[in-house]
Amino acid sequence: MSNPLAIIGRVFLNSLAEIGRLSQFAAVAVIHIVRPPIYWRLALQQMWLIGYNSLPVVGLTALFTGAALAQQIFVGGSRFNAESVVPGVVVIAIVRELGPVLGGLMVAGRVSSAMAAELGTMRVTEQIDALTTLSTDPINYLVVPRLLAAVVTLPLLVLVANIIGVLGGFVIGTERLGLNAGSYLQVTIEFLENADVVSSMVKAAVFGFFIALMGSYHGYNSRGGAQGVGKATTNAVVSAFILILLANLIITVIVFGDQA
Amino acid sequence: MSTTPMIEMSGVTKAFGAKQVLRGVDLSIPRGKSLVIIGGSGTGKSVTLKCILGLLKPDAGSIKVDGVEVTKLSARQRKKTLSMFGMLFQGAALFDSLPVWKNVAFGLIQGRGMKQTDAKEIALEKLRRVGLTPDVGDLSPSELSGGMQKRVGLARAIASEPDIIFFDEPTTGLDPIMADVINDLIVECVQDLGATTLSITHDMASARKIADRIAMIYEGRIIWEGDKDTIDISGNDYVDQFIHGRAHGPIEMQILKP
Ligand SMILES: Nc1ncnc2c1ncn2[C@@H]1O[C@H](COP(=O)(O)OP(=O)(O)OP(=O)(O)O)[C@@H](O)[C@H]1O
Ligand SMILES: [Mg+2]
Repeated sequence: MSNPLAIIGRVFLNSLAEIGRLSQFAAVAVIHIVRPPIYWRLALQQMWLIGYNSLPVVGLTALFTGAALAQQIFVGGSRFNAESVVPGVVVIAIVRELGPVLGGLMVAGRVSSAMAAELGTMRVTEQIDALTTLSTDPINYLVVPRLLAAVVTLPLLVLVANIIGVLGGFVIGTERLGLNAGSYLQVTIEFLENADVVSSMVKAAVFGFFIALMGSYHGYNSRGGAQGVGKATTNAVVSAFILILLANLIITVIVFGDQA
Repeated sequence: MSTTPMIEMSGVTKAFGAKQVLRGVDLSIPRGKSLVIIGGSGTGKSVTLKCILGLLKPDAGSIKVDGVEVTKLSARQRKKTLSMFGMLFQGAALFDSLPVWKNVAFGLIQGRGMKQTDAKEIALEKLRRVGLTPDVGDLSPSELSGGMQKRVGLARAIASEPDIIFFDEPTTGLDPIMADVINDLIVECVQDLGATTLSITHDMASARKIADRIAMIYEGRIIWEGDKDTIDISGNDYVDQFIHGRAHGPIEMQILKP
């Protein structure tokens, strides 16, 4: 029916327009962070919602991943009689990559969707318009607290995830694979560098920004009733996933790209 | 008292994509007067209100509030203008994350920085005025019936005693007695606060009660406007059909045309 080139062109133009709208939304949101009022109570409330409620799922993910990782590295390493690399590789892999990425993805699944659903419902029921008519800037009232909360909370969650992930490896390593507990911990600490921890926290903060940004953007701009809110929710999660994975790659290349 | 109209729209147009909703709306509401807009579903009544409030940006035309052109205001200046307005949304638009009294007090607390205890007192007083008891104040909006939500929305709209109040279908979904109470309340608001009001309704009894003037919107234009007493002798077929609620007439012809 339609010319395939025309379809590709249209999709390309639509994506460009979407990126433009998103960047504009992000810029407006960031400008509002430095433009009072800041609703600290709402930010704290969001921190609680994001942080405390995500702890179980993030912790479990880290625990199982750390444990599975230790098992696999042990199997791989034993081919070269190098079982002793287990603690070092586990801690590097968890802190540099898996802790922030898996933590970010799990939180995105929970939080971006919840934010998009809440703001989307507020949009289609005209609550966002009502805020404006009550002399309250909806970006300040709704978006900024979510952004602040996510940027602060994600590093804390990822810190916990890193510790639990290493612990998962430790438990498997010492209980099942027969590694010595004392030297496991010693190797772990020796391998870990400041840059690893710092990059892990930076990644977490960036992921937190994208999680809240995607949830807010899609919710805030949702259209067309319950169906529109459903679509906004899905789009928020998918786009947050993609942005997290892309940002992770970029940060990894910048921080670790020139290490031999 | 100055003679500049409180609200003056001229040639306001608004389209959503290919869909032209407003095709040049001209309206003028004198200070302290009550205008009621009537018109069929989907003719752009709510869109007109949102254009005045700046929630939607008109494509062309001029909107003046108290003599000030509002279509080109910065966000900061707009905030000042918005503090003159109270609005009852068609679907009430209550914040479901807040209890009822905080909804009513929202503009006082967030907009004006009033202390919570003072604001609560005013909120409960406004709730009483719309026929709701103080215990309703602690409920969540989702625990209320549609009619009660409407009344809370009304209480919220008048809580900060604004100069201009918009009522988007204030009596829809209310029983006839409560509808009349609300009508009385709107009339009182205009008299007590000296507020200028713009209301949308399909309910002719309500229109006759609260209006000083009535305007009919059709296909994105104001096709008739006059004092409420003249609506029965408007000589306009569209108006006649609408106020008598006839299925047949010029409006149906337009619907069947394409
Ligand atoms: N944000 C929007 N995006 C796209 N179209 C819209 C939007 N808001 C309104 N419309 C369209 O504009 C038209 C007029 O809508 P409006 O809400 O003003 O109708 P109305 O006159 O208030 O009708 P009702 O009496 O049913 O409330 C409708 O056809 C609607 O589909
Ligand atoms: Mg409407």
